[in-house]
Amino acid sequence: MNELKAKPIYLDYQATTPTDPRVVEAMLPYFTEKFGNPHSRNHSFGWEAEDAVEVARGQVAKIIGASAKEIIFTSGATESNNLALKGVMKFYGKKKPHLITVVTEHKCVLDSARHLEQEGYKVTYLGVKENGLIDLEELKAAITDETALVSVMGVNNEIGVIQPLKEIGEICRERKVFFHTDCAQAVGKIDLDVDDMKIDLMSISGHKIYGPKGIGALYVRRRPRVRVIAQITGGGQERGMRSGTLPTPLIVGLGKACDILSNEMTEENARIEKLRDYTLQRFRDRLEDIYVNGDEHVRVSGNLNISFAYVEGESLLMDIKNIAVSSGSACTSASLEPSYVLRALGVDEELAHTSLRIGIGRYTTKEELDEAVDAICTAVERLREMSPLWEMAQEGIDIKSIEWAEH
Amino acid sequence: MAYSEKLIDHYENPRNVGSMDKNETSVGTGLVGAPACGDVMKLQIKVTPEGIIEDAKFKTFGCGSAIASSSLITEWVKGKSLDEAGSIKNSQIAEELALPPVKIHCSILAEDAIKAAISDYKTKNGAAEVDAAE
Repeated sequence: MNELKAKPIYLDYQATTPTDPRVVEAMLPYFTEKFGNPHSRNHSFGWEAEDAVEVARGQVAKIIGASAKEIIFTSGATESNNLALKGVMKFYGKKKPHLITVVTEHKCVLDSARHLEQEGYKVTYLGVKENGLIDLEELKAAITDETALVSVMGVNNEIGVIQPLKEIGEICRERKVFFHTDCAQAVGKIDLDVDDMKIDLMSISGHKIYGPKGIGALYVRRRPRVRVIAQITGGGQERGMRSGTLPTPLIVGLGKACDILSNEMTEENARIEKLRDYTLQRFRDRLEDIYVNGDEHVRVSGNLNISFAYVEGESLLMDIKNIAVSSGSACTSASLEPSYVLRALGVDEELAHTSLRIGIGRYTTKEELDEAVDAICTAVERLREMSPLWEMAQEGIDIKSIEWAEH
Repeated sequence: MAYSEKLIDHYENPRNVGSMDKNETSVGTGLVGAPACGDVMKLQIKVTPEGIIEDAKFKTFGCGSAIASSSLITEWVKGKSLDEAGSIKNSQIAEELALPPVKIHCSILAEDAIKAAISDYKTKNGAAEVDAAE
């Protein structure tokens, strides 16, 4: 093993991203000399902060084709998702107590839905096809006269697949149901336009797009108007939907992060896609029995989720400790259950245990990927030599034919 | 997860990785766990006519703790009689490797594996004969 501490390689861009230095630079003055409370209406310190917040609001709105007035700042996508689901259901729930979402949504959407269920709301959880995408006919069939909201994520955090937002929006609008989409992983990765896609609410995260942690936004459509019941009450900021003093520096950072993406995302995503395809090809050239989880084409450029059959994910991570990636293995989760997203795709449980998520982003270089591929392949080869399942596969024994004692 | 140095050493430099011919009468094979659970251990012992384990080999699909547990138990059983080897408790493995609570099942699997290997050996050789040798 490598005794010298080599520089670790970060390939976990779906977990979080480093804040772009240009974003930090834009934020800094708002910690010190421009520290005013944006809600102070009677002096220049307040006005200065308020101006900065409104510029940022416009920058966030621009990247999703919204107007600035429709952007509510929150602490992050988790809060935005909570506000969207609970806020809409609690406002419209008396007449329309039904919510539709998807089994592969982020935990914060699923958990909000569970809470609503406990309070008596009805929730339908749509399954996904083998490629991770929902079946639009299933969605159509699930909508009833009691449905208030459909919540479907733009891009999945584990497997990177892109849901057909425009088609979902059409269906929802036609049936007069609000459409919320968690776009924490989608902003800056795919083109988004709330009008074209008929999106009524959209959750946005700062730290997934090279902005700071602790800031996010919820887009709430004004025409036709969507009403939400505030989940955090107090001074009535953000049009009464989210109280609390706005964190000016973080908001400036989120705005700047969106501004950078507005200008650079097309080129950036093209570059990342090339790197992703190159990486996958290198894996395929060297290893057999590897499988890409989620649709190989309808996915964002920076996500590669691969199962390395016969090698358990946590042991693989231990071997490549210099490389920061995630695994769908049970052993890396607190619950000891393999990834529920992979299970929902119908990925065999044994393959779910062998998956790695490799996230490529703004600062990833080809050299880093070369090093990572070499290290991962070497580890896979070493662990396969140690794997009784690999040995059986080489002897032509079908692992599924064995009666295993589940424990 | 923070692992002990001993565990990491067994994971990085596993002892006794490999396979023996499972058809040989002097070899007992234990295969425990399930792929769907993320752990499969294959443990093999080679036993002398006197009933002493002269060699042990393993192959494991599983997390680092599972690999380390199997590596450790192969070291421990060498030179032991079948009874001695069969009395190794999972708690001893867990303690030696300082397994975190969520990984205790890895040590249980290792205990199951050696017991299964011993039982396979005995079945192959006829339990009475082994008893006589002991």
